Parts: sequence; structure tokens; C-alpha cells
Amino acid sequence: MRRMVLQAGADQDGFRAAIRQLAAAGIPPAEVAWDAGGTPDLFGEEAAAPAPHLALPRAVAELIELVLCHRDPARHALLHTLVWRVLQGERALLEVQSDPLVHRLEMMRKSVRRDLHKMHAFLRFRRVGDDTAGERYVAWFEPEHHILEATADFFVTRFRGVAWSILTPLGSLHWDKVALTQGPAATRADAPDSDAFEAGWLGYYESTFNPARVNPTAMRAEMPKKYWRHMPEAAAIPELIHSAPARVREMIARQAMPPVKRDPARAVAAMARQAPETLAALNQLIAASAPLVPGAIRAVLGEGPEGAPIAFVGEQPGDQEDLQGRCFVGPAGQMLDQALADSGIARGSAYLTNAVKHFKFEQRGKRRIHQSPTAGEVKHYRWWLMKELSFVQPKIVVALGATAALALAGSPVAVTRQRGARRLGEWDAVVTTHPSYLLRLPDETARRQAYEAFVADLRLALSLAACDG
Amino acid sequence: MDQTLLKKLRILADAAKYDASCASSGGAKRAAGDGAVGSTTGAGICHSYTPDGRCVSLLKILLTNYCLFDCAYCINRRSSNVQRARFSVEEVVQLTLGFYKRNYIEGLFLSSGIIRSPDYTMEQMMLVARTLRQEHGFAGYIHLKTIPEASPWLIEQAGLWADRLSVNLELASAESLGRLAPEKDGATIQASMGQMHERIVEAKEERRRFSPAGQSTQMIVGADDTTDEAVLDTSARLYGRYAMKRVYYSAFSPIPEASIALPAKAPPLQREHRLYQADWLLRYYGFTVQDIAAGGEAGMLDLEIDPKLAWALKHREQFPVDVNVADREMLLRVPGLGARAVDKIVASRRHTKLRLEDLARLTAGMKRARPFLITADHHPARLTDRQDLRQRLTAAPARQMSLF
Repeated sequence: MRRMVLQAGADQDGFRAAIRQLAAAGIPPAEVAWDAGGTPDLFGEEAAAPAPHLALPRAVAELIELVLCHRDPARHALLHTLVWRVLQGERALLEVQSDPLVHRLEMMRKSVRRDLHKMHAFLRFRRVGDDTAGERYVAWFEPEHHILEATADFFVTRFRGVAWSILTPLGSLHWDKVALTQGPAATRADAPDSDAFEAGWLGYYESTFNPARVNPTAMRAEMPKKYWRHMPEAAAIPELIHSAPARVREMIARQAMPPVKRDPARAVAAMARQAPETLAALNQLIAASAPLVPGAIRAVLGEGPEGAPIAFVGEQPGDQEDLQGRCFVGPAGQMLDQALADSGIARGSAYLTNAVKHFKFEQRGKRRIHQSPTAGEVKHYRWWLMKELSFVQPKIVVALGATAALALAGSPVAVTRQRGARRLGEWDAVVTTHPSYLLRLPDETARRQAYEAFVADLRLALSLAACDG
Repeated sequence: MDQTLLKKLRILADAAKYDASCASSGGAKRAAGDGAVGSTTGAGICHSYTPDGRCVSLLKILLTNYCLFDCAYCINRRSSNVQRARFSVEEVVQLTLGFYKRNYIEGLFLSSGIIRSPDYTMEQMMLVARTLRQEHGFAGYIHLKTIPEASPWLIEQAGLWADRLSVNLELASAESLGRLAPEKDGATIQASMGQMHERIVEAKEERRRFSPAGQSTQMIVGADDTTDEAVLDTSARLYGRYAMKRVYYSAFSPIPEASIALPAKAPPLQREHRLYQADWLLRYYGFTVQDIAAGGEAGMLDLEIDPKLAWALKHREQFPVDVNVADREMLLRVPGLGARAVDKIVASRRHTKLRLEDLARLTAGMKRARPFLITADHHPARLTDRQDLRQRLTAAPARQMSLF
């Protein structure tokens, strides 16, 4: 009979080393006695040279890790039997959940998982220290299994930004916002016995309970009594259950009361008029909203007179527009200004705006490189654009490029094929290119032709805006 | 804790408790950065249970219970004499963080009565979520109840900060909604769900953040005479059309300031329970609403037995089923076998012939399953066809606890 000595608790490393040795020596489970009683015997088998790694299916390794946390002293022998059978050829043993050994190990794993879950759920921190020293939180918990180490990740991830300690009868964890340390076992007296904030939690717990649905059995199935000593709210349970029937009887017996307050008819009527009623009010909303894609300094609003006969809709503000807070002031804006002049439209008489109100870009070094808005982003801003145009009431809307056309029409428009006068959504529109397209053309001749076509589109818009009454 | 704040907390928690949803699941994994708190694991955690057996996962409160709407089933309707209170944005933020740091909750579930206008109210709720995320780096769960009448851009903003958005349908029938909730409109609610669904899909495609844990809704059961079949029909439509993550059923519960329009009676908890079971059959067991309705009478579910057993008793010609050969779809129809047990059966039988004692290790529902199963060592013979099978399986009928 070989005796294997491990440290108390989960001792993952010790068990791994032991199993490797046993496998290397080919010793069957029946010939091994396990002792998780404490410090390994210096003269025992553990002093032997490390044995080679074992190739075990991943599912087996995962099961071992959790079952080792179980408090049952038989866990090592059961796991050894599992490993033995897997190595003897039953590679898929864990798939046979009907096997008695697999079933028992699965029940143990389930119990450990539940314990972990309940510790994540039912542990309660209490605050210690004052505001000057910085807040610190301490919890006392008595887990059923050896799960303290296994639970550390969860608490570090969740409470990274505060200092805390978790004290248990088997050891403790301490987090100082940077590093985690393990400490010795503690007692309940080491943990604080109150926290002024708990009154709020108790008040919440009592108020969120609906006496008409009282069902203590269902509560205890999920929250067994053994955990109650960790939970300040548990103090309220007996009284809540006791008083529930009377509270419900009273609710049902009480006659429906006529309302004492007068009917707030005016407020109810006013509620229906929540949409902004002026362009200025709408612009306030737009200016106050955060960009959908973070980065832009500000929302760039439309400009020009209400009642302008022509409205120009661009894509989105660029770098210069974002910095200056005005639309069409960058290179494309200058190109537009020139075309407006050449087509006989005074900029001040037209309304100019963008389909998307915030600049979206990718930072490359010091430069902010423009990125086109997605269809979803265009849709997000569309509600505002429609509202804006409904205040301006232009006779003709000029869609500068595909994004503007998409925003106006609500569905994609092919600019090159559908260029010219057409209906976009509820607007009489002229579809044309975006002025930045002209800037990107490399060939002088092509650029001149494109510019002339652009100016022709603007003249078309001008004539359409002038001709109908 | 400050006494005024505590009083408000009691009022506004009480006002919010009739919403059944408390889930903190469905989101992606997320963790707070340095100096902040919060994480979501995707699974959700119930941090406590109240004596009604319901999970406390989120700080579920209203921003205010002042309300301009007048929905008969709601304790907060404007004609109710209930005590009123209102939180400031900062108060909700501090309460959420204070609760979270003590490990009381997974996050916040914020709803509100409608004050001033739907837009104003929605904006205040959005501000709470934004402050938590932007100023405090809070990475816990946030569920916002959205107001269907609010402007689309506000709902967009809310979706940037929340893990889940939801709109409550409340009543499955448009007629009931019109009668009991005069300011609400079924078409507006469904349009709002449709838009939300579109946004969620779009944002996923464009890898933007918008309500990553999807949307859910709630229907009140027992406030009107809608049948279970009609309720489930509505659910099936909501799951299909808007990819709802969950539909919650809330047994209409007596409230302290009841309306004359509704009779005061005990909440139909057993009916609610059966609806949840039926809902699972719809989503995970390949049942249709017609299948489920066929197990009951006149569009109502059988309260005494679960809907799967009810269906099986009326379709005995399809049983017994041999666990060693039947396909997964048919195993899922066996009473007492859950989806997980079926998976285990399918995996195990590749390696061994299953006997009764093997099966007992795979499911806790053997008593119900036995008359419908064939194993290597068991055949129910004529048991499946016995007239008194129903009585045998319902020895101790489940009854709602008597309180009244």
C-alpha cells in the first residue's frame, strides 16, 4: 500500500504531482492510501523526482480542478480511479454520465460549483475606515468546500477599484487595488459587525418583497438557512413571513379609494407636446447629446435662415468643422462656397447642414482621419435631420453625396445613377456628389468636368426652387 | 444612511416590485478598469431571495413614482393615493455604487413613472446610466425600462449605456390595453420593440454598443380575461418577430391602492408558473403554441399538471419511447426529461445500453418519465394506456398556498 500525503485543502499542485508519479509507476487505485492531513512527509514518496506530464482529456482536467475543492476526504481516491480508467482506455468516460463513478464526481463538482456561486452571491462586505484613509471593505464567509483560492479571480475582477479583505475559517484574501495576498485563517470577530449603509439594504429588501406572493419554501431552496448568518437582510425574514397574510387580507378587504388629488388634466395634455417646437429648441437637444461614436468635440449644427428656399445636406462635419463648430468651413466647404458663387446662390440665403452631426475619425499620429458613418449611425441622426428640415421648409433639398441621399430617402441611393432632380422621402431633391469628391479626383481634366457637373446640379436646384410657387 | 433617502428608497422600491424581470444575464463578459468596480459574467447572479421566493439580483427601483399615466393595474397610476417620492440622478448613482461595493447586487434596474413628458423622463433615466458608466467607470449590469413614447434618439442614447432595454407590453390584448391603460397604445409599444430589435441587430453588425443583452418584456396575467393560448401566441410572436430574450409573466397581484376597475383577489401564481413552463417548451423543446394548447381545455393550461405531461397524456399513441434509440426531438417530449437530461442520455447511450438505474442518475424526473419510457430492462407495458395514469402521477396535487 502506497501512502500519498497532500496539504490540507484543494492542494492542486500536490495532487497533480502525486497522480503523475502514480501513473508513471503504474500503481492502481486499490494500492494507494491518501492523506490530506497536512505537511508532506519529507521521507515519503513526494521527495521523488518529478514524474512526466500526463496527457488527459481537457474535460477530465477541468473536473479534477473543481472536485479537488470538495471537502469529501474520498475525493483523491475517486479522482485517481477516474484517471486510472481513462488511462486504461476509457478516454470518453466522462460522456457516460450514467456511470456510477462519473455520476458521483459530477455531483461533487456540482456541489463545489454551487458553493462558489453562493459565495459570489451571498458574501457581504462591510465598510471600514473613514473617507480620509480611503474606503476599505471586509467580509466574513464560511464556505462549505475549499474554494477560497478558486473564488479570488471573481472578486478581484469585480472589485478592482476598492481595497478589500475576505476572511474565512480556512484562510483569507487581501486586495489592495494592485495585488492579491493570501493570509491565515480568521475568526468572525476579526470582521466588522456593522455598516451604517446596511439600513438601506434592509429597507430595500423589505420593500421589494410582495406579501401576496409569499413562498418561503422557494426562498429556502435557493437560499438555505446556513447562509443566513452572513446576510444582514436575513434578520427581516421571520417578520416578513409572519405579517404577510394579514397584509394581504387588508389589501383585499380595503375598498378601492376614490382619488384624493384632482385630475392633472393640463399636465397630461402638455405631455403630448414633448417634441421640440422650434429649430432653436431642437438645436439645443442636438448640442447637448453625446456623439454616437465617441471622439468629436461637439455637435456641429446646421446654419442658415428658416424658410430658406434651398437646403444643402452634407455627410458629416470634418476636422475643421469639429474644431470651429461650424459646418462647411474645411476644404470641402471652400469648394462648395466656390461652386455656390459660380452658380449664383448666395450662401447666406441657403440652409446648410449635415446628415450626421458629429465628426467620426481615426486618430493617426496627430491627424484625425475622417471615417464614413455607417448606415446605422445615419439612421440614428435621421430623426433630427427630418425635424430640422421640417422647421426650415425648403423648396428643394440638395443631397450632397450618398450619405445625405441615404439620410433623406431612408434607403440607399446610387448617386451616379440617380443624379439630378428626384423625390427623396418627403422632399423634392437634387442628388449630386459631395464636394470632397471633387477634391479627391487626381486628374485635372476629370476634376474640371466633375466641377462643371456639380455647378450644373446647383443651378438646377436654384431653378427648381425659383420656379414653383 | 440618511433617513430621507431611506424613506424614498422604501417608497420607490415598493413601487417597482411588480415588475417580474430581475435577470442580470445575457450580456457579454466585461470587467471594470483600474480604480472602478463592476463585472458581468454573462450568467447573472441572484444575491438574495425574498420570502416570496424571488431572486434579488438588481437594485430595482423607480426614479420616481409620480406618474401622469393612469393604468388601472398599476399602483403608481396618477389616480392612486399612494405616497410619492422622487430620486435625483446623483442619489440613484450613489445608491447603486454603495450597494454594489457591498456585494448586494449585480447592478441597477431602473424604471420610472412618466413625469412632465416621456422624453424628459427617458432623459433622466439615461443620465443615471451615463453617469454610472462615464463618471464612475461602473461595469456592472444596467437594465433600463424604456418608454415607448419617448423620442427615438433618447432610446439610442440609452442603448449606449445599458446592457438591456425593455418595454413592457403589460397586456396581451389590444382591447384590454385600451380599456385599462388609456395613455398606452399597443401599436406604439410594438413599433418601439421593432425599432429596438433593428437597432440591436444593426449595432451588432457594425460592432457598436447597443443593449448587448437584448430586450425583454412583461405581460400581466389575470388582470383581464385573455386566455393562456392568446398570451402564448403573443409570446411566440414576440420571440419570432423581435428576437426577445425573455418574456416575463407577472400574476396580477393585489395592490394597496387598488383601482375600482379591477377585482381584488389572490394572484394566480400557479397559472403564472404553468405559463413559464409553457414558455420554456416553446423556446427549448420544439413545442408549438397549438401543441401546448392541446394539453389544456378551452385555451387554458391545465393547472394541476405541467404542460408537457398534459400534452403526453393526450398523445399516448406516441409513447412509450425507447431511450436507447429515440431521436432527440422525441426524447424532449417525454415528461420528466429536461433538455440537459436528454443531452446526457444522447451522449451516454453511445457507450452503453441504458437501464432504469442508469437513467435515474441522469434525471430527477423519473417518476413522471417512467410510464413513457422503454429502457434495456424496462417496458411500461400497458401502463402508458391506463385510464388512471393521470391520477397516479398527481398523487399530491400542487396547490397554491392558502393565505386567504
